[in-house]
Amino acid sequence: MTCLSACERENRRFQENPPTATPTSTALIVSDLQPGPAVIYPQVEAPYDDNAWAVSEGKSLYNSMNCSGCHFQGGGGIGPALMDEEWIYGSEPQQIFATIADGRPNGMPAWKYTLSTQQIWELVSYVRSLSSLNPKGARSGRDDHMMRKTPEASTPQTKPKMSSTPP
Amino acid sequence: MPPRERTRDSRNYRRLFVTLLACGALLSACKGDREEQQPSRVALAARTGPATASGDTTTRYADDGQWVRPAKDFQGTRFSGLTEINNQNVQNLHVIGTFSTGVTRGHEAAPIVSGSTMYIVTPFPNFVYALDLTDPKTKGFPTKWSYKPRPVNAAQGVACCDVVNRGLVVDNGKVIFNTLDARTIALDAATGKELWVTQVGNINLGESMTMAPLVVKGKVFVGVSGGEFGVRGWLKALDENSGKIAWTAYHTGPDKDVLIGPNFKPFYAMDRGKDLGVTSWPADQWKIGGAGVWGWITYDPELDLIYYGTANPGPWNPEVRPGDNKWGSTIFARRPDNGEAIWAYQVSPHDEHDYDAVNENILVDMDWRGSRRQLILRPERNGYFYIIDRKSGEVLSAEPFGFINTTTGVDLKTGRLQYVPQKATHTGEVTRYSCPAAPGAKDWQPSAYSPRTGLVYIPHQNLCMDEEGLEHPVRGHECEDVRWTRRPPWSLRRVGPCRAARRLEHQGRSPSLEWGARHRGRRGLLRHHGRLVQGRRCTLRKIAVAVQNWLGHHQSADDIPRARWQAVHRGALRRWWLVRRDRRRRSRCAGLERRPRLHERDEGSPAEVHERGDAVCLCALSDAVIRRERNDRRICFSQVARANSSSLRSSA
Repeated sequence: MTCLSACERENRRFQENPPTATPTSTALIVSDLQPGPAVIYPQVEAPYDDNAWAVSEGKSLYNSMNCSGCHFQGGGGIGPALMDEEWIYGSEPQQIFATIADGRPNGMPAWKYTLSTQQIWELVSYVRSLSSLNPKGARSGRDDHMMRKTPEASTPQTKPKMSSTPP
Repeated sequence: MPPRERTRDSRNYRRLFVTLLACGALLSACKGDREEQQPSRVALAARTGPATASGDTTTRYADDGQWVRPAKDFQGTRFSGLTEINNQNVQNLHVIGTFSTGVTRGHEAAPIVSGSTMYIVTPFPNFVYALDLTDPKTKGFPTKWSYKPRPVNAAQGVACCDVVNRGLVVDNGKVIFNTLDARTIALDAATGKELWVTQVGNINLGESMTMAPLVVKGKVFVGVSGGEFGVRGWLKALDENSGKIAWTAYHTGPDKDVLIGPNFKPFYAMDRGKDLGVTSWPADQWKIGGAGVWGWITYDPELDLIYYGTANPGPWNPEVRPGDNKWGSTIFARRPDNGEAIWAYQVSPHDEHDYDAVNENILVDMDWRGSRRQLILRPERNGYFYIIDRKSGEVLSAEPFGFINTTTGVDLKTGRLQYVPQKATHTGEVTRYSCPAAPGAKDWQPSAYSPRTGLVYIPHQNLCMDEEGLEHPVRGHECEDVRWTRRPPWSLRRVGPCRAARRLEHQGRSPSLEWGARHRGRRGLLRHHGRLVQGRRCTLRKIAVAVQNWLGHHQSADDIPRARWQAVHRGALRRWWLVRRDRRRRSRCAGLERRPRLHERDEGSPAEVHERGDAVCLCALSDAVIRRERNDRRICFSQVARANSSSLRSSA
């Protein structure tokens, strides 16, 4: 049984379906305020949230694309922290996707012409794992580098909140 | 401003001055004070005297009522000779008005006073305010004008270490400053009208600007930030009247770009040779070699040279750039007219630890081993206090003022910094406990020099770091190749006790996150008549270096416990001060629990209220004019001043 579940956890999807889940094609909302009757917008599931291999790929991208240059190992520095409960543009997978793909006005570059949709989804899942928003089984249990932060697998889950202060 | 107004101002407000003060630094002031009472040092001060800056109409060295550039004078002393506020009466200071800048990021710019106007430039989005100081008694401190340059938001993404601005300069009726998105802007000082705007850098090359310009002989000198983002560093001179770029000196690349010509005579052999800005790098690496200018520029009118230092070579990971990496971490002396380099001295060749050489060069004429010399006094990020002959570039002395274990000293024969091989940074390996850390034994926060005491006052810090070199494939956005962390508490304690650092350590987030936070709220240092010295938060210790006895003689004062940041201004209406708080403090002016706002005691005058932001607080000594304010005891420094004055007494 353990072996079987491990298979699932480490599943590498070499054959990706065309990423229909590009959130720009769905309703992307960063505000709870809606005119007229509230519309329930469709949630997009992160395709890799439960996939440890993809999350670790995301982690590798996080460093090699120099996300760590500004967000550090999640603690934030030049850019905002990713391991806390504050989310300026939302913690939902499609919101994070849009943040990475389209950039944000206060210094976040747009990555959609640099990274593939699949790579961005991997990054989304890794970013979510920093504050334990994805299943524990897919999170990394240790770091390859010197950083002394708690591994993602041991990080307590946070309750994401939209930031109440402007960036 | 028009000439007539200036004449009137200079007559009426000669006694104006601006100085900065940290109440926490009173501890150190005590030290400084005791120094001062020694007759020998007073005698020395008289002998030394301030360096003269005659021959330039823009120099207001002698006029302590004016503070037209962040360093006050061309020599960078940040010294005011006024004596009215001293450590006997400082506890009587209290708030008589505040002005919120509307911005919460790190305020690193000293307020500037020219004539009867105070000018303030904020961090991004770089608002500029002109406050009228003519009649605070009846009018308060109304805003004469404000200016919003609207820098592009994305510029914040290429600001490595908070979106700060280190100040504006007033010259010839113009207010000149830089914006984060790499523009230099000149405004009419009287009206705030835009005179010219020059785009000098490009954020898509990683270029941003945070430094304070210096104006010399009709030229505005501005430099670039972005050694962490793959810039090719430069210093540009702009025409003061038109904003046109007169010359550009790059700090990497061939000699013709660096403006190295036949008159270039560096003192040391290591800095001589053709195209060192290319040959000391691996192929093409110099094109993203960093070496910006985000620190301070000083000027010697006698020798007609400007002095400044360049920042770290990039990227941080030193293994990808074997060689000396010229001209990163280098002091340059240049002619202001054409920019040609006269001499250069590479302070930290092949810098491995982010020891930018951007710190201030304080220009002082003094006796050195029996003969009068024209010197640079320079507390360097690498932890050594350099005394350099500013004519030739010869290093006369380089003694440590902080704890250093990455280097063993400076070889005065070759000028070379002696690195410890065990502390070298390697890719994929962790080098632990390198001191000083990336922000240096002293960062940008400037020192002050008092010709009266002959002492240099250094806002200093003891931090160590762990480093690991990483490979990053993305070019041009080399944010951080060496990560660093704060040492665990025990090792900090070994170096010097520091409560704030430990508190940050225990906030439970990534240890490295404090990089940005720590940068915020840091302030420079100004010295007021040998009495009050500004420090920074608890990571700072002040060290007073006795100028007349350099070798091995440096005294460390007490740790400054949670020094908070103040700026002090004594205005036209006698005795009122300007104070700024650390932005982390909830009450931005100690004891002021209400939201800071402009001249809040003058109900009738137009008040500009910002919803949030750091405050500029105006404080005064006890005085009949402001007596009614004393009743509600919104005391400027409240407990801190009192605590310090008691410790002053106990240690005196």
